[in-house]
Amino acid sequence: MSNKVIYAIYNDDDILMDAVKKTRAAHHHIEEVFTPFPVHGLDKAMGLAPTRLAICAFIYGLCGLSFGTWMMNYIMIQDWPQDIGGKPSFSYIDNMPAFVPIMFEETVFFAAHLMVITFYMRSRLWPFKEAENPDVRTTDDHFLMEVAVNNNEEELISFFEGTGAVEVKVIEKH
Amino acid sequence: MYTFSSKLKTFSFVLMAVGLLGIGYGFLTAPKNIQEVEALLAADSHGGHGEATHEAVSSAHGSESAHEAVAPVHGKAEAGKHDVKADAEHQEHLEHVLHQLSNKPWAALYVACIFFMLLSLGTLAFYAIQQVAQAGWSPVLFRVMQGITAYLPVGSVIFFIFLVLCGLHFNHLFIWLDPEVVKHDELIQTKSGFLNFPFWIVRAAVFLLGWNLYRYYSRKNCLAQDESNDNSFYKKNFNYSAGFLVFFIVTESIMSWDWIMSIDPHWFSTLFGWYVFASFFVSGITMICMVTLYLKSRGYLENVNSSHIHDLAKFMFGISVFWTYLWFSQFMLIWYANIPEEITYFITRIQEYNLPFFGAVVMNFLFPVLILINTDFKRITWILVMAGIVILLGHYIDFFNMIMPGTVGSSWFIGVPEIASVLFFLGLFIFVVFSALTKAPLLAKRNPFIEESKHFHY
Repeated sequence: MSNKVIYAIYNDDDILMDAVKKTRAAHHHIEEVFTPFPVHGLDKAMGLAPTRLAICAFIYGLCGLSFGTWMMNYIMIQDWPQDIGGKPSFSYIDNMPAFVPIMFEETVFFAAHLMVITFYMRSRLWPFKEAENPDVRTTDDHFLMEVAVNNNEEELISFFEGTGAVEVKVIEKH
Repeated sequence: MYTFSSKLKTFSFVLMAVGLLGIGYGFLTAPKNIQEVEALLAADSHGGHGEATHEAVSSAHGSESAHEAVAPVHGKAEAGKHDVKADAEHQEHLEHVLHQLSNKPWAALYVACIFFMLLSLGTLAFYAIQQVAQAGWSPVLFRVMQGITAYLPVGSVIFFIFLVLCGLHFNHLFIWLDPEVVKHDELIQTKSGFLNFPFWIVRAAVFLLGWNLYRYYSRKNCLAQDESNDNSFYKKNFNYSAGFLVFFIVTESIMSWDWIMSIDPHWFSTLFGWYVFASFFVSGITMICMVTLYLKSRGYLENVNSSHIHDLAKFMFGISVFWTYLWFSQFMLIWYANIPEEITYFITRIQEYNLPFFGAVVMNFLFPVLILINTDFKRITWILVMAGIVILLGHYIDFFNMIMPGTVGSSWFIGVPEIASVLFFLGLFIFVVFSALTKAPLLAKRNPFIEESKHFHY
């Protein structure tokens, strides 16, 4: 079984969007699209599911808020309730306003950093990661759509030539 | 063109009528003299409530400690004088309560009056910002905003008359307006260079006039731009708006000292102006959203899509958080340092207004933050209407918290006079705003950004 894919290369994001819509309409499976910059609406045209990163961030924020609350309560109220400048350390709520800046910052800190780390993990990014560019021009000024070939090579090539591609290549993938 | 639905018109008239009746009832049932207050307190004290307020009030008065200091000097006469002293104290307490109760219908009217007037001023500020920022999304909403600000001239007139009545001693809302009080109050005396009736009322006139002039010319130019062949009226409006925003931020700050902070003339706070601004600014934006949703549901705003609504909801969310930030900054700085002359402001509120004081934070922060943080929710009409109602009520309570403790003190209650005042001004607001909306097409024709705004998509 061969692992052939087609690389259809475009040099304009409008033409790419049209090509993506046509490819979807013709029921060819798009493996991946490489672009040098975010193309507005590309994810919708490809039919990608919306991201859930914001939901993660909200939950991380709640964790941060809980951590900040727990930490201040343990240190300032439970462990060693000193009288510091007449601040009431009898119960958490008594001295709550003084802890709000910390609770707020912990919330933001957890939400921001954990969300970024989640993003790196989900998109498999790390410092010594090997780059996956199929064609170096895709980081500069070309757009590339990768479509799997299932014994319909001739048909696909002519199809993509019709969508305004500047170049159509068939590549054996390993 | 919009046509004022007869149902809504009738509804606004009913609100005004019910409101007027309630306001009248509030003034009629307010006690006129000490005997009535005594009867009221006697009826109250059966529940044990009267005693508690008696204690709180007399100690707040400082009369107790003054008597304590005098007592040892009199020595032997103590026993005989005790009854006299208690009597005098009781009399003083009754007078105090009488002042609070006779202030109550006035204060209820004042809160509702200033709330609706500032709400439409907040809309005007938002409108001016949109002009100056050359926002591409909002021009389809300009006529809605102009409709809401149509309440400003009406509200200003009523409000100004109210201030004049205060100056003519019809009520006791601003104690520094009472020469008897000022005579015995050194703190107010030192402030009387700023807090004196002629200067105060002239300032009010200048502020109200300035805001209304901007509104008048801005709307006039906007309508003229529709019929024009070039963009000269648009450019004029841009310049006027920039000028207005400078004027606005200065007058807004002074306005908040004059009309709200001077109710507690012994207290001051530096970020008060911003705090008041955030409160009515978010109310104004919420009102834009509510009126837009209403008009859209009636099929009048074909060019407004869910992205416009989404943007308004983001503003409601963001400015709600901004209000909370200022609320907390003001509270926490004073709570932390705990300087006696500043902290009394919050002690009164926490002890006597506990539920409204913290309830306002729940309504204006917790609720909108949890509801409006979700992107999808910001496009759902019924969720926005619900959040909007809670935000508007919350900011009414916010103004209630700013004004009531200094005017009626522990005698507060959200009863007939308070609710009736809100209903009256709400009815007037609906009537004026929707009448104004019928006067011009709901879509500005030749605004340079109108095409972009029609196709705005987020």
